Amino acid sequence: MSPIVRRAGTLLLACTIVQGAAHAAQDIGSAMNDDSQWIMPAKDYASTRFSRLDQVNAGNVKQLQVAWTFSTGLVHGHEAAPLVVGNTMYIVTPYPNYLYAIDLKGEGGPLKWTYKPHPERASQGVACCDVVNRGAAYADGKIIFNTLDDHTVAVDAETGKEVWKTKLGEINLGETMTMAPLVVKDKVLVGNSGGEMGVRGWITALDVKTGKQAWRAYSTGPDADVLIGPDFKPFYQKDRGKDLGVSTWPPGQWKMGGGSVWGWISYDPASNLIYYGSANPGPWNPAQRPGDNKWTSTIFARDPDTGAAKWAVQYNPHDLHDYDGVNENVLVDLDLGGTPRKVLLHPDRNGYLYMMDRITGQIISAPPFAYSTSIKSIDLKTGLPALNEDKTPRQGELVKDICPAAPGGKDWQPSAWSPRTRLLYLPHNHLCMDVTASEVGYIAGTPFVGMEVKMNDAPGGYGGVFSAWDPVAGKEAWSIREHYPVWSGALVTAGDVVFYGTMDRWFKAVDAKTGKELWRFRTGSGIIGQPITYKGPDGKQYVAVLSGVGGWSGAVVAGGLDKKVPYGALGFVNAVKDLPDDTAAGGMLYVFALPDAKP
Amino acid sequence: MKPAGHLIAAIMLCMPALAVAGAPAAAGEPVLRVCADPNNLPFSNAKEEGFENRLARMVGNALHARVEYTWWAQRRGFVRNTLKAGLCDVVMGVPSGYGLALTTRPYYRSTFVFVYRKDRAYDLHALDDPRLATLKIGLHVLGNDNPPPALILARRGITDNVIGYSIYGDYRDANPPARLIEAVARGDVDVAIAWGPLAGYFARQAPAELAVAPIDQPDDAPLPMQFSVSLGVRKGDHALKDRLDSVLQKLRPEIDVLLRDYAVPLLNAPPDMAASGP
Repeated sequence: MSPIVRRAGTLLLACTIVQGAAHAAQDIGSAMNDDSQWIMPAKDYASTRFSRLDQVNAGNVKQLQVAWTFSTGLVHGHEAAPLVVGNTMYIVTPYPNYLYAIDLKGEGGPLKWTYKPHPERASQGVACCDVVNRGAAYADGKIIFNTLDDHTVAVDAETGKEVWKTKLGEINLGETMTMAPLVVKDKVLVGNSGGEMGVRGWITALDVKTGKQAWRAYSTGPDADVLIGPDFKPFYQKDRGKDLGVSTWPPGQWKMGGGSVWGWISYDPASNLIYYGSANPGPWNPAQRPGDNKWTSTIFARDPDTGAAKWAVQYNPHDLHDYDGVNENVLVDLDLGGTPRKVLLHPDRNGYLYMMDRITGQIISAPPFAYSTSIKSIDLKTGLPALNEDKTPRQGELVKDICPAAPGGKDWQPSAWSPRTRLLYLPHNHLCMDVTASEVGYIAGTPFVGMEVKMNDAPGGYGGVFSAWDPVAGKEAWSIREHYPVWSGALVTAGDVVFYGTMDRWFKAVDAKTGKELWRFRTGSGIIGQPITYKGPDGKQYVAVLSGVGGWSGAVVAGGLDKKVPYGALGFVNAVKDLPDDTAAGGMLYVFALPDAKP
Repeated sequence: MKPAGHLIAAIMLCMPALAVAGAPAAAGEPVLRVCADPNNLPFSNAKEEGFENRLARMVGNALHARVEYTWWAQRRGFVRNTLKAGLCDVVMGVPSGYGLALTTRPYYRSTFVFVYRKDRAYDLHALDDPRLATLKIGLHVLGNDNPPPALILARRGITDNVIGYSIYGDYRDANPPARLIEAVARGDVDVAIAWGPLAGYFARQAPAELAVAPIDQPDDAPLPMQFSVSLGVRKGDHALKDRLDSVLQKLRPEIDVLLRDYAVPLLNAPPDMAASGP
C-alpha cells in the first residue's frame, strides 16, 4: 500500500475509487467538502452538519415531497444518519446492525446489497438503553461501523464484503458499542457504552487498513492508562495532578468507574487534535464514590496519532444526575470582541452551553441553554459548576424538580452550525425529574431499593425545544416548543433551511434566520435519526432522514413499556407517556426532493 | 448467531397463554411458560439445577403442565423483554409488591447477611458495628441502585475499605454473583455483604467454613434488610395469579424443604405480608 501523505490536514492519495460512481468517492478531506456526498454522520470534522447545497431553499422548501422510501424492517430506535458516497447510500440499523447499500442511480432507490454482521443475540440483554446505532463512517473505500456486541467492522463500500472485523469489548462484561466511528488519517476512532453496567470507559484507535488496534485511552485509572503524559496541559487547577483517575475515587473503584465514550468525536486538522467527551460515573451510587471521579463527564483533547491527551476539562465532577459529557463539540472560528478565536461549542447534558478555546481548553463562556435548577452557574475561573445543594438526591427523601432531568438539557442528539447565520441549531429537552428512593428493584436475584426517577416536562408544559443559539451574544436567537423532547439531529443548509424531526412523527423545515416553520411532513413513525442532504446522480438536491422511534426517550414505544408505570426506562416513561398515542415503532427511510420543473 | 432463539420465541408466542389457566384446549398439553436466567444459581440455570427451577417443576406438576423456559440474563430490562414481551407467563422470583409485575403471595422471606470465615469469629450482626470501619468489606454493585446495606455503609462514611463486585460479573463464567462469596473464602475480603439465598448456597459450597449471619435492621435507616419473594405474572393476569396462589399454599411444606435444601436463610413472614409489600 502507498504511504499516506498528509498536507494541510487532508489526504492527498485516494486509496480507492468507487467504481462507476459519477462523482467518485475521494479521500476524506475532499469528500467531506463535496456537498453532493455525506460521508460521516456530522458531515465534516468540525461537526457542523452544514451543507452548501441550496437548490432547496427557504423560498421553495414548501414544495418538498417524498421521492422514495425504504423500510429497514426493524422496530427499535433508528438514531443513525444515512451516508451518501458516490452514487450509493448506506444505512446502518439498530441491532442486528444491518448495513444496507442503496443504488441512487436506480429508480426509487433499489437495494444493492445488505451486509449482516450477526451480532450476538445476548447483546440485547446487556444494552442499557434500547439497542440503537448512531451511524457509520466512510474512509478508504470502506464503510465502517460498530456492532452492539463490541465489534468494529469495515465493509467494502462497493461489494459489501467484510474487509476486517475487530472485537474491542466483551458483552459478557456489560460492554456494548452504539456510537458512530470517526476516521482521522489512518485511524478509526471508536468508544464503548455501558457505564451503568460497571464497565470502564475507553476510546480506541484502529488502523483503517487492517482493523488492528493502534492505541486505547481509558477514561479512569492511572495516567499511563488514560494516556496522560508530559504533553498534558489542562487549563484549570482542578484538572491538574498525577493519576487523578485513581486518586479521585475510593480505592480501586475506578476499575469499574464508567466514563464510557458513546457520543461524538470532532477533529481539528490545523491543530491535529480530536475532541470527545466521557460519560457519567457508574455503577456506584454517588454516596459510595466520594471524590471527583475522574475522568468521567470530561472533555478530552487528544493527538489522534498517539492518543496522547493535550488537555481535559471535567464538566461535572462527582456527577449526581447522570450528566454525561458525551455531547457533540462543534468547531468554529469566531470573532469575539475583535479577537479571532478558535473555539468549540458544547451543549452539555447539564444544560449549559460551553464555548471553549479549543487550543487551550479555557471556558470562554457557559450560559444556560436549557431550564436548569440543579446548577446555578459555571464558574469561568475554576471551570466548576456551582451546584444547587437543594437539588442533590438524598437517600430516603423526595427531591423534586431537578432540572435538567437525567437525559440532560440535551442528550446525544447533535446540533448543526451555519456559517451563514452564525447560529447553532439545537435540538433539545425540556425536562425535570423528581427523585426519591423507594422503588423495589431486583437484579440477578438480588433485591434493592432503587432511586425512583420520575421525569416531567419542565415549566410551560412542553417536553422539547428546537432553538437557534448565538454563541457570540451567548443567547437564544429563536426557539420552537415541541411536545416531546426533540431527539433527532439537526441539519442546516446554504438554502438557509434547518431540518429536524419530532417523536410525534413530524419532519420539519424551518427558516434558519427566524425559526418560522416553512414545511412539514408526517412520517410513519417518530423521528430520532439524523437528517442529511446530498446531490443525486440526476443533479437534484435530496434530503433524507430515518424515522423509527425508540432510543431511551422512545423506549416506551419501541420496548412496549407500560405507560401507566411512570418509572419505566429509568424514569423517562412519565415524560413521554402520550407517545404511544402519537406513534408506533418501525424503521423507514424517507428521501425528499423538489418536484421536477414543469416543461 | 442464534436465529433459532427468535424462532422458538415466535412459536411460543403463538401458544395459548393459558395453558396453565386451565383450558387444556385442543392445542394439546398445558404449558407453564417460565422466564429465567440460564446462569444464576442458586436461583436458576439452563440445566435446571436452581431452586426456582425445582419450584417451577413442582408448580408445573401441580397444574399438570409441562414447564418451558425462555432464558434471559436477569438484568435491567429482564421483565420488559421477557414477561411483558409475552415470551413467558411467570417469573419464579421477584420481590413481593414489585412494580413491574403482579406478584403472588410470598413463598419465602430472606435477608441480607454478613458472610465471613468462621475462623475469624467476628460475630457480626449490625451495620453500626465499629469494626466495619476497618474490615475489608466486599459487596455487590448493582448499577446506580445498590443494595440497602451498601447505602447505609456509604452514609456512615464507610467507602474506602469497600470492594465492589459487579453483580453481573463476567457472564462467561458460572454464576457470576458467586465471585463475592469465593472472595471471602480465599481471604480477599474479610467480610461480604450479600443477599441471603446466594450467600447461603455458595457459603455451603466454599472450601473454607463460612458463617452466614443475618444483618439486623438498623433503627436509623428506612432501608429494609429483609424482603419477601413471590412469583411474578403479567400485570392484569389475575387468573394465573390466583391459580399460583392456591398452588403455593398447597405446596407450602415442600417449598420449605426445598429452600432449606438450598441453605436459603429464611425468616418468618410478618403476619400481614401475604397481603402485599416487602
